Amino acid sequence: MTQVSNPNDKQETSPQFTGAEILIKCLHEEKVEFVFGYPGGAVLNIYDAIYQQDKFKHILVRHEQAALHAADAYSRSTGKVGVALVTSGPGATNAVTGIATAYMDSIPIVVISGQVPTYAIGEDAFQECDTVGITRPCVKHNFLIKDINDIASVMKKAFHVASTGRPGPVLVDIPKDITATLNSFEYPKTVAMRSYNPITKGHSGQIKKALKLLAEAKRPMVYTGGGVVLGNAAPELTQFIQSLGLPTTSTLMGLGGYPATDKQSLGWLGMHGTYEANMAVQECDVLIAVGARFDDRVIGNPEHFLSRPRTIIHIDIDPSSISKRVKIDVPIVGDVKSVLADLNDLIKSEKPVQNTVALAEWMQQIEVWRAKKFSEFTLDDKLIKPQQVIKSLYEVTKGDAFITSDVGQHQMWAAQYYPFDKPRRWINSGGLGTMGVGLPYAMGVQLAHPDAQVACVTGEASIQMCIQELSTCKQYELPIKVITLNNRYMGMVRQWQEFFYENRYSESYMDALPDFIKLAESYGHIGMRITDPADVEGALREAFSPKLKDRLVFMDFITDQSENVFPMIPNGKGLSEMITGKES
Amino acid sequence: MRHIISILMENEPGALSRVAGLFSARGYNIESLTVATTEDATLSRMTIVTSASDAVIEQIIKQLNKLIDVVKVLDLNDGKHIERELMLIKVKASAAHRDEMKRMCDIFRGRIIDVADGSFTIELTGPGHKLDAFIESLDTSAILETVRTGASGIGRGDRILKL
Repeated sequence: MTQVSNPNDKQETSPQFTGAEILIKCLHEEKVEFVFGYPGGAVLNIYDAIYQQDKFKHILVRHEQAALHAADAYSRSTGKVGVALVTSGPGATNAVTGIATAYMDSIPIVVISGQVPTYAIGEDAFQECDTVGITRPCVKHNFLIKDINDIASVMKKAFHVASTGRPGPVLVDIPKDITATLNSFEYPKTVAMRSYNPITKGHSGQIKKALKLLAEAKRPMVYTGGGVVLGNAAPELTQFIQSLGLPTTSTLMGLGGYPATDKQSLGWLGMHGTYEANMAVQECDVLIAVGARFDDRVIGNPEHFLSRPRTIIHIDIDPSSISKRVKIDVPIVGDVKSVLADLNDLIKSEKPVQNTVALAEWMQQIEVWRAKKFSEFTLDDKLIKPQQVIKSLYEVTKGDAFITSDVGQHQMWAAQYYPFDKPRRWINSGGLGTMGVGLPYAMGVQLAHPDAQVACVTGEASIQMCIQELSTCKQYELPIKVITLNNRYMGMVRQWQEFFYENRYSESYMDALPDFIKLAESYGHIGMRITDPADVEGALREAFSPKLKDRLVFMDFITDQSENVFPMIPNGKGLSEMITGKES
Repeated sequence: MRHIISILMENEPGALSRVAGLFSARGYNIESLTVATTEDATLSRMTIVTSASDAVIEQIIKQLNKLIDVVKVLDLNDGKHIERELMLIKVKASAAHRDEMKRMCDIFRGRIIDVADGSFTIELTGPGHKLDAFIESLDTSAILETVRTGASGIGRGDRILKL
């Protein structure tokens, strides 16, 4: 006999939801605005639950890699956790490049991947792969959910782990049968993990010691990194630098942490950093590193770096970043925002006596280096110089656009000629150096900031690595301006081949390029080709004009093929061993 | 220098591969690795023996602490400690050599735990170098099979690795 429920039998049961619905409710609890994803067999239950909700918007990309990059850039530009959703097997493997990119730059994202049903795991099922195993080396942490009861607690942990301490991607792998099982839903209010309790407050004794060293220094120097941006510490950093009148430089990842147009800023340092920044970091006597990690592209050869005696103070939330490549004299483990605030309080209360005479001399020395103007370039009346395009872009957007970039020469020029005064405006893949990020990055940024000007500075090689996303841009009407510096070469590869391989341009010529104008048009966008230096600014003004405010404009700038990025520290050389390009 | 690192970690699937993966990804060497649950079933205790410079050991400890599943890490070499390893070794023991093999086993305070027609299986416990010494004292051709657990270690006296 079939049982018919009697409405009079009031049972004390909580409402039941499928695992997929529970997952979606978790995302609602986390106030997720966008989920970037691509459906497939193992995530069909989740997509069915997405269909029946309207609290967040799902953005359908054209390749899972782009979903990850877009979620990553959403996070980079807002400080919130980005979310991506991919299916099992190829969905997950396609996502790996995006996950690794976010991991290298410590970007908080939560990736949800579908998995084959629990009973099929390990049987080489259709679209099965060991996602947790494949992603383990490039996530901060990952989870495989094997019990419906764990969804809510794992999701809570995932967001917590991704966004606290040194941030990073967290992946949650969910087998298909779990998303179909019924259960009640309650989202945990707090997270307690005995094995994960990141330190935020810096040691007060070390902070005092640091301030004393900085005050007594003859040639103090500040070196800031992505940690300042990730830690939302730009106001504290600015106050710190200005109250002590210190010169400062940033890594590529830290741009915007301190206003680049301020006189205390020496621009960025490293392989293609400014002459003055590299010289100052090499010659200083007290260096304070703030949320930076002394990586190979920043300090060059560590032995050369250490050949000059200097005292190094290092503030970082990740203890393993301290004394990893360079021995640190005064380590301060903590959240840079909190440590800088403590330093600022100490400056106010202690009013340290600085070595002002020496500091003034040091600033003069810096001005001598700056006056060499190695960052200047010469315009050409026939060929468009790539630097000219970026300079015009800066002027046309009044320095207030969000700039995403791909990887290569154009990335360096964008960072060199578009000074950033605000954090989270410069969005690029610094650590992994992933070609192809530019366009999906611009999508994530534009969705997060619908009214902002967003430009993707790219090259004709990089843009082709995720060009399919022009379709996504059309679907969601994203008015990105794609600034392609088209020199028909993988420019940075060509540059190295010119310098270090006696002009043997092995496989770096970009043959058989598509007609980017027609390509853009076929996706429903506007294409422009600019070949004359005299047209650069006008074309940019048109692209950013109110008339084209709602349109994606693909700008194909045909640039000088022989242009190189300077200054350059050759591989294995030290900070003060730059090629400036002005050698005669 | 050789270090014995003790790790308390969540008894979760995959925790072992996170540690092993960390060592291979960062190019640290592992001489031995042992792991088993503790009296608290939610925790596993792992002992890793590795050799590296002090700077690298410092990095290894920091990187281990960074793993989300790792609860506590202790470098046993920071203080007094005891190290033990178990070896089971099967040796030839033909009639002519049985007595000599038995004597050798006694000298090293091993125990014969299986006797067959032509062989003994000996159980031997001690620090790694003692097991090495036993192997070296035997004629290689007499050794049929060896299996070693890798070192386990524990701090002396009040040095306790616990939650």
